[in-house]
Amino acid sequence: MEPLIQIKNLRVDFALRSGTVRALRDVTLTINKGERLGIVGESGAGKSVLGFSIINLISKPGRITGGQIIFKGEDIAKYSLEKMRTIRGDRISMIFQDPMMTLNPVLTIGTQMKETIHAHRNVSNREAEAICLEKLRKVYIPSPERRLTQYPHEFSGGMRQRIVIAISLLTSPSLIIADEPTTALDVTIQAEIMDLLLELCETENMGLILITHDLAVVSEVTQRIAVLYAGKVVEIGPTRQIIDTPQHPYTQGLIKALPQMAGGKRRLNQIPGMMPSLRDMPSGCPFQPRCTERIDKCIHEIPLLTPVEGGGQVACFVRQGGM
Amino acid sequence: MQPILEIRDIDKHFDISGSLLDQLRFQGGKLTRQRTVVKAVNGVSLDVLPGETLSVVGESGCGKSTLARTVMGLYQPNRGEILYRGKRIDHLGSTAMLPYRTRMQMVFQDPYASLNPRMTVRQILEEPVRFHNPSLNRDEVSDRVAEVMRQVGVDPVWATNFPHEFSGGQRQRISIARALVVGPEFIAADEPIAALDVSIQAQILNLLMDAQEKLGLTYLFISHDLSVVQHISTRVAVMYLGCVCELATARELFTSPRHPYTQALLSAIPRLGGRAGGHVKLSGDVPTPINLPPGCVFHGRCPHANERCKRDIPARLTLPSGSVVACHAVEEGRI
Amino acid sequence: MQTRWTRFKESYMLHSFLRDPVALCSFIILATLVFSAFAAPVIAPHNPYDSRTINVMDARTPPSWSEGGSTKFLMGTDAQGRDILSTMLYGMRVSLIIGVGAVCLQAFIGIIVGLVSGYIRRLDTILMRIADVQLSFSTYMVAIFIGAIVQTAFGVAGYNKVAVPLLIVIIGLAEWPQYARTVRASVLAERKKEYVEAARVIGLPRIRIMWRHILPNTLSPVLVISTVQVANAIMSEAALSFLGLGMPVTQPSLGSLITAGFQYIFSGSWWITIFPGVLLVTLILVINLLGDWLRDFLNPKLYKG
Repeated sequence: MEPLIQIKNLRVDFALRSGTVRALRDVTLTINKGERLGIVGESGAGKSVLGFSIINLISKPGRITGGQIIFKGEDIAKYSLEKMRTIRGDRISMIFQDPMMTLNPVLTIGTQMKETIHAHRNVSNREAEAICLEKLRKVYIPSPERRLTQYPHEFSGGMRQRIVIAISLLTSPSLIIADEPTTALDVTIQAEIMDLLLELCETENMGLILITHDLAVVSEVTQRIAVLYAGKVVEIGPTRQIIDTPQHPYTQGLIKALPQMAGGKRRLNQIPGMMPSLRDMPSGCPFQPRCTERIDKCIHEIPLLTPVEGGGQVACFVRQGGM
Repeated sequence: MQPILEIRDIDKHFDISGSLLDQLRFQGGKLTRQRTVVKAVNGVSLDVLPGETLSVVGESGCGKSTLARTVMGLYQPNRGEILYRGKRIDHLGSTAMLPYRTRMQMVFQDPYASLNPRMTVRQILEEPVRFHNPSLNRDEVSDRVAEVMRQVGVDPVWATNFPHEFSGGQRQRISIARALVVGPEFIAADEPIAALDVSIQAQILNLLMDAQEKLGLTYLFISHDLSVVQHISTRVAVMYLGCVCELATARELFTSPRHPYTQALLSAIPRLGGRAGGHVKLSGDVPTPINLPPGCVFHGRCPHANERCKRDIPARLTLPSGSVVACHAVEEGRI
Repeated sequence: MQTRWTRFKESYMLHSFLRDPVALCSFIILATLVFSAFAAPVIAPHNPYDSRTINVMDARTPPSWSEGGSTKFLMGTDAQGRDILSTMLYGMRVSLIIGVGAVCLQAFIGIIVGLVSGYIRRLDTILMRIADVQLSFSTYMVAIFIGAIVQTAFGVAGYNKVAVPLLIVIIGLAEWPQYARTVRASVLAERKKEYVEAARVIGLPRIRIMWRHILPNTLSPVLVISTVQVANAIMSEAALSFLGLGMPVTQPSLGSLITAGFQYIFSGSWWITIFPGVLLVTLILVINLLGDWLRDFLNPKLYKG
């Protein structure tokens, strides 16, 4: 399989007044062409920062302080803002949790969509409109001609997210980064949006990075899952394998904590404690204070991602044979 | 068994049209007064039995939180009655309501907004004890608070700290402690875990279930998360646009849902290791509760709707299994 | 277990304050000014209220460093021969008392009205309309009106006796709607929060919820406008005194000192007006700068005056 984006040892720091917060620490990931990758983690794990850093959209106190992001043979982590703008939106699109982050409330949908097309491509107004209609039909928006002249507030939450997806499709990107695209939506609407994203990725052969806290949603849509904990990838592997035979104690705990996995048992499996604050990291493995299988080595050394059976990688000394 | 709480045909409407001047409209040469009314809850009847967990599920805007707040006396219902152990409580004044305040308590959704940021944990927890038991002396009050804090898993050492010094999960524990500290028998929990992370959700759910077992509590559990509801509930009521469309035991509802909306809702739950697609597709969007559709509120999105559904409001129908469904199609045997 | 003091020492507020040079300088200047104003009887070289020490022969002596100046009067003397420095210190004390007093009165009325109208919706419209009416009268109009009545009723001598409390009441009554509006706005935001609902579920009476739960959470914007309002009140008092409706020359405030010297400014005795003027501007400036810092520190979104 041909890699689309390779992230190597990515580090992102936030220089705050009270000290430096290391939001991402040595994250290494590869996304292949047309592949759907899920990034799962709890709030504060750094999953959104990872999404933003791929398109170099990290805002001020944050900065990429190390590592590479290789897209089409070039390290885009070192691109200037100007150069990044041509990639952003054109070949990589982003969908946010709140559709209003993308949509301007005072412009009609049509204006905004055409603006995006003109920014990236030299086409006539009529051609641009034809593209808009085509994309709106792709995301199943009824009577798109009429919808083009409406403002964002005239749409429901689910419809807005569809329009955002249509906008992200305008330039035929090779990768879509979706950051919690359905968290603000109801479960029936969420199902529709997820079905739509899956269908689009398959028909257009697009890559998808789906960032979410919801393991069940990721497991339905993606082919591989990366589990993020306190700014580090602790486990990555094929979706089925992560769900059926998770290796890292954190992933195991996370899956067992879901009510649907309780299997008739009344009490849910719970992970004791909570995620450490990024300013105040424990020594060694970040999960070590909450881990029930901790050995001495975990307190002193940081485990690296190592391949395990079945094609996955795990950062855990216990799973790597203890020594 | 006598129900602990009876909700009889409750309506709750909110007038959002503002002052008299805002209501005036000039239409067709005439000045008319128009009111905008949000019909949040319409004709809901439910019985909560002692010791059970009755969950109310539904999507945002279906009126489930309004129902819980009406039950707790935070809103006055526009119509209908609420009975607690056979006594009507919905029209009581604040003094007459006091004895019920120690028996009915509430846990809120947002652990960041539900604790007063200017009060220490001790002040937050001692206030209800002192207020309801003025005869207790200082030591008895702080013993009671310490006991409840230990019960919810917060070390009493932290009592002098302010809420912002705790994590979301810890705050929700404190919020639960505030409800438990007056020794209630009924707790309305409004989305108590929706704002928490997955690994913390399990901790709080376990805490709620342990407290129920130990103290014999009855829960009215409001949630939008069906897998949580499936796990915690004895019975489940499904709400759509202010109406209850199906009420059944958790087992019955999740194995053989009858109402088309329940079916759609269940098929939309993402399943771990499942495959996207194959969801029941609902057409259209949820109508606003300002302009309720005539007939069955769900007919606009229902795949089984016919002319009768657009015209008549479906009655509650008790099925042989004990489930209650409000649907013409089920009544006529079409589905 | 932490005491309030250690909490404060470790707090972000102190940290942010110490790192802001403007706020720190303003605070030091303000503290010095306030201290010297209230310590005036001790540190002032002369007592301007004691007519025995005043000699008309010393009238309009220039500052000590200019020609004809005397080391006895550091900043010169005014038309009655009073030492400018001492009069300024005493005058600042009067100004501060009126400013702070007026703001206390404003805050007292404003907070009560704001709380009640924010929490009890039935009274909201009427109370806010009263506030609007009050705001549509300018402070000076109210002051001129009341001042004139009191002066006719009690005569000038009587007026001089009640001048300080009278000015406090006038300025206090004229500006309370500022507080009422600010408090009401934040009460409206707070009462929707779940902790208020929780307090209602506990069964606490309305008054207790208002005082114990809502009020403490609306105090940050109150604190911010208080700084601005103290500065405004001092300015109002100075303006009224300048117009001759404030403090009499026998118990001068900064404003009446400026007026008193104003008629001599073109005959060369600039110091009588300029020194109190500079002091007034400095006082107002440092209070406002501190207020700005406070506003930026406490959630800036809350402040909509």
